Amino acid sequence: MSDTFNRTGVQPAPRPAGGLSFGALARRPEMGSFLGMVIVFAFFAVFGGINFVSAGGTASWLNVASEIGIVALPVGLLMIAGELDISIGSVIPAASMTVAIVSGTFELPLILGVAAALGLGLLVGLINGVLVIRTGVPSLIVTLGSLFAVAGLTLGLSVIITGSTGVPIQAGPVGKAILGQFIAGIFQVTILWWLLAIAVVGFLLHVSRWGNWVFALGGDKVSARNEGIPIDRLVIQLFMGSGFAAAFVGVSQAILYNSAQVSTGQSFIFNSIISVVIGGVLLTGGFGSVIGIVFGTITFAIVNQGIFYTGFDANWASLIIGVLLLLAVLLNNTFRKAALNYSPRKAK
Amino acid sequence: MATPIIELRGVNKSFGPVDVLHDISLKVGAGEVLCLLGDNGAGKSTLIKTLSGVHKPTSGTVLMDGKPVVFASPREASDMGVATVHQFGGTFPLMSVGRCFFVGREPTKRWGPLRVYDRATANEVAVKAIQGFGITRIDDGDRLVGGMSGGERQSLAIARAVHFGARLLILDEPTAALGVKQASHVLRIVLEARRRGLAVIFITHQVTHAMAVGDHFAVLIRGALAANFRKGEKTREEITDLMAGGESLANLDVETQGVMDAEGARASTVA
Repeated sequence: MSDTFNRTGVQPAPRPAGGLSFGALARRPEMGSFLGMVIVFAFFAVFGGINFVSAGGTASWLNVASEIGIVALPVGLLMIAGELDISIGSVIPAASMTVAIVSGTFELPLILGVAAALGLGLLVGLINGVLVIRTGVPSLIVTLGSLFAVAGLTLGLSVIITGSTGVPIQAGPVGKAILGQFIAGIFQVTILWWLLAIAVVGFLLHVSRWGNWVFALGGDKVSARNEGIPIDRLVIQLFMGSGFAAAFVGVSQAILYNSAQVSTGQSFIFNSIISVVIGGVLLTGGFGSVIGIVFGTITFAIVNQGIFYTGFDANWASLIIGVLLLLAVLLNNTFRKAALNYSPRKAK
Repeated sequence: MATPIIELRGVNKSFGPVDVLHDISLKVGAGEVLCLLGDNGAGKSTLIKTLSGVHKPTSGTVLMDGKPVVFASPREASDMGVATVHQFGGTFPLMSVGRCFFVGREPTKRWGPLRVYDRATANEVAVKAIQGFGITRIDDGDRLVGGMSGGERQSLAIARAVHFGARLLILDEPTAALGVKQASHVLRIVLEARRRGLAVIFITHQVTHAMAVGDHFAVLIRGALAANFRKGEKTREEITDLMAGGESLANLDVETQGVMDAEGARASTVA
């Protein structure tokens, strides 16, 4: 039946040869962030010298990357779906305080404290998701509200319960080993949790059906609904995911540092968003990849820590991150355009 | 003619006090293209939405295969084989052809204990379905939809609808934003859908496009069927005149004059 139309002069184009054509690479959302990561690493390897590439130097940025990375993955999923969650900035300290109060102040088993903290994260995510669906208010505003509400609640309740804004917690050896220990004295155990999170989120986004729904939701919400995708349920799941991840980081921080403070998570808001955007996720949704988010997180962490290994004043780190963010966005835009314009015929 | 796939009998639709559709009766059989013509605001969109389950008729009946049906939702209409393809809708620019084709109905395969998205099958089926409609340039299911031309994206949407069992295809101005060559692609696809025995309702206000594919024409003016005729019964000029409104355009003139006089009177009282 296709023969009917061949007389119009439409010639079947040859199939692109091999898996590594320029087009196939340019289509990958992480291409730009991979180049960025290599450049940044090379820069600090040159100016930071041997100390930066030593085990200690590597651990310093890997530790930072793992904590941001665990939050950046679900934040990236949300961004691909066209939503933002900045309430993570107060869910992290709220979870730290919850585990410290339950298992530290009240001396209940650690497992209860961890469960309460993770449950809190899920609950905040559920509330965010329901509010976004029901009200139609942009998620930036909804989660800005919950950011402040949770921060206020954490401070208020902490002072009422413990009379202080910082609470000590001493986890047993098992709790320490699982959630808050240094491997070989320098590598945080959260690095392993980050690897697990990468595998899980990577599976969900790129291998399961569910991931296709996330892309569709971020690409065109109305069409996604028309195609029968349960978008309300999807939005709630995504917000609960970011709440859970933030709570997890809060718990592991409390156990690692043997104490919890009411205000420790604010930096995670921008750091995770920057990592995700450097990683090639489109702020308006519909495009991105897990490996890109990982590259973006590593890039951010290298700049954040690498500056201390160079002779430069650490005050310049923010300048580098700002410029890097803009460059990354431009680079990602270029690659996205190349991916859109790519066709096998043009590549010949 | 055999039992038509879709038939409207005396369908009226009003939103509160506003009557949008008056007593519409139409039928489209298998392998038939009905061109629905009309200017902006004539009620074409309301008619489509009534057919695709977005609105329910205020009175009158919709019959599919001779049996009265009421669609509770667009999803229900689409489950019964009514597919609506909008000008750009339903295709996601930054998704691959395969993923876009199967969105919401992804094929899966077993991978150990897990069920995973079957990219190879999705790409193969999608490319085959699109090529079956004559778009042979699409040969790579990993390509992004946004890199395709407007006509190719329409083809993707139509091929998808047909693949998932559409029997009535409603095309809402598919050629409106396209160049001449792209539009002719889409018209060929309409003919291919007809050849496969689908009922097609083709909405347009380009008479040339309608003449090229239509078996049967209906002109809507202000929510009512102003004309309903078969291919060859009217010339292109006659159809254009009908769409432009003919005598109703004269009425419109009088009405606008009336409105402007009223406005003028109010303005002078306020002053």
